[in-house]
Amino acid sequence: MNLYEYMGKDIFRKNGLPVPEGYVVEKQSDLKEYRKPVVVKSQILLGGRGKSGGIKFAKSGEELKSAVNELIGSKVRGLAVTKVLVEEMLNIQHEYYVSITLSREHRAPILIASASGGVEIESVPQKEIFTRVIDPLIGYSDYIGREASKFMNLKPEIASQFRAILKSLYRTFIEEDCELVEINPLVETKEGKLIAADAKVIIDNDALYRHKEFSITDPEKTPLELEAQAKGYSFIELDGKIGVIANGAGLTMATLDALTLHNGKPRNFLDLGGTDNVEIVANAFDLVLKADPKAILINIFGGVTKADTVAKGIVEAKKRFNISKPIVVRLSGFNEDEGRKILSENKIETYPTMMEAVERVVKVAGGA
Amino acid sequence: MGVLVDRNTKVIVQGITGHQGSFHAGQMMKFGTKVVAGISPGKSGTKFQDTVPIVDSVADAMSFSPDATMISVPAPFVKDAAFEAIDQRIKLIYILTEHVPFHDSMELISEARNRGLTVIGPNGPGITVPFECKIGIMPNQIFKEGDVAVASRSGTLTYEIVESLTRNGMGQSAVIGLGGDPVVGMNYIDVLKLYEADPKTKKIVLVGEIGGNNEELAAKYIKEHITKKVVAYITGRSAPPGKRMGHAGAIIEKGVGTAESKIKAFNEAGVKVADYPTDVPGLLK
Repeated sequence: MNLYEYMGKDIFRKNGLPVPEGYVVEKQSDLKEYRKPVVVKSQILLGGRGKSGGIKFAKSGEELKSAVNELIGSKVRGLAVTKVLVEEMLNIQHEYYVSITLSREHRAPILIASASGGVEIESVPQKEIFTRVIDPLIGYSDYIGREASKFMNLKPEIASQFRAILKSLYRTFIEEDCELVEINPLVETKEGKLIAADAKVIIDNDALYRHKEFSITDPEKTPLELEAQAKGYSFIELDGKIGVIANGAGLTMATLDALTLHNGKPRNFLDLGGTDNVEIVANAFDLVLKADPKAILINIFGGVTKADTVAKGIVEAKKRFNISKPIVVRLSGFNEDEGRKILSENKIETYPTMMEAVERVVKVAGGA
Repeated sequence: MGVLVDRNTKVIVQGITGHQGSFHAGQMMKFGTKVVAGISPGKSGTKFQDTVPIVDSVADAMSFSPDATMISVPAPFVKDAAFEAIDQRIKLIYILTEHVPFHDSMELISEARNRGLTVIGPNGPGITVPFECKIGIMPNQIFKEGDVAVASRSGTLTYEIVESLTRNGMGQSAVIGLGGDPVVGMNYIDVLKLYEADPKTKKIVLVGEIGGNNEELAAKYIKEHITKKVVAYITGRSAPPGKRMGHAGAIIEKGVGTAESKIKAFNEAGVKVADYPTDVPGLLK
């Protein structure tokens, strides 16, 4: 889960990381008295806010009011702005980059840092980027900070602040179950202080049960995807016209690939998971039907999932939702004979292999 | 000995009285796996299917000299259950559970590796050596004994491919499901080393998917170290970037982890890549 900048900064502050003075504003009456130049930042979950006009500067009380007026209720990169962060403007001397994320290869956290910050890290030349895998059983220790400071050529008074930041950043990464903690830019002010001018924090979805304080609606999910999520289905909307229900993430992906290779475009990804519950199967149809496909392909390889249970679910859904669209079923694995018998008794087409079912559904859906 | 397990491997099941644990322990026994004890705190003194003793802790199960454990407990309890097994130095630890926080996986896998113990999973179908031993949830009926070894990040897709091998008369020497999470105990290279060393294995099938660079690393390793024939299948060709395709690990981020990149890496390593799962047996011939 992606956190808003202001939430990321709250977490940073809690973990002892230096962040600019600031506060969140939802309406004009939230504004505090103007004292010094501020930056007003739209709180949206997409990058590139500056370039899209989502960040404004104010050098008077009047400018602050009008910046808040303009931003709240507007759309930045297509997303509605309901909150802005009002922060003191920093006197920037230099901008650094620092982040900690997961290295899948090493099954360990990896520290990434650069003296060339303030731009996307992907655009920084490799030789200017310091990377260091951190042993999860040792954790962060200052020797890692010394290696990084040396690579980045930091002056001693900045290096000591940088080490303290790394220590807190690592603690944040671990304590909050983060996939990513990123400070870009990490600003060195003209007064010689390091301050996190931005905060990007992504929390592991699987760890949200121990971070109940965060609840955010993913802005990149469609209403139907959110409905599916609430019902416990792994579901993604796509732009084709063949509805898909399969079991297991790998087999579902393989089904979409096979459709695509046959010039059939999938309308969705829906992984039924392992189930022996008729209702779970029937409710999956409800979601797929709402996406209004031309035809529906069911591809089940029963291991944990029993083929006869799926067959009963399909029959139930057809009756309950009065489905007239073509349904093509591939059913294999555990109890497949019983499953196929149930379907054929109810006049639903079944095929023993995925390829035959894919070819058939592309045909009945009228090609791509 | 087969790959990691054989007919003498003694297995315990942590969470044997749960819905999944009991079903799969029963299926494993039907396959021929020696399930010597089950763990379910507070239920000691009872028996699973009237034959397998249930004990309260892994420490109590040590009197049965287990070589391996299957962990089937809810995600919040996986780290504790794995530490319990690691503490008793159980050599092979398979974690069935899905949605384990990856920070927990990172920690428990590091602890296990430091002690020379092997972790399979989380969130994978386990390991099967037909018909010696099965630890995990792969369907019993799809296997045939033979010389093809399979390594996969997926569950059902693995069954699909194993079944198509069996249908084409190609038996299996071992099948290992690595797991669909971003952090798993064994990656392709760990498994490739075992398959290269296994005398029964003559050919290898690698089933990959989008996300991360595990497949690219495997391709490089195959080119340099593997003498046996390898065929691959990669899923997620049609997946849009930025969307998690069911598995926590299956996501194309910032252009990394695409199917094209993986297919290219395999082609460069001389590994043929199947377009469809059912094309795998043909490419093995």
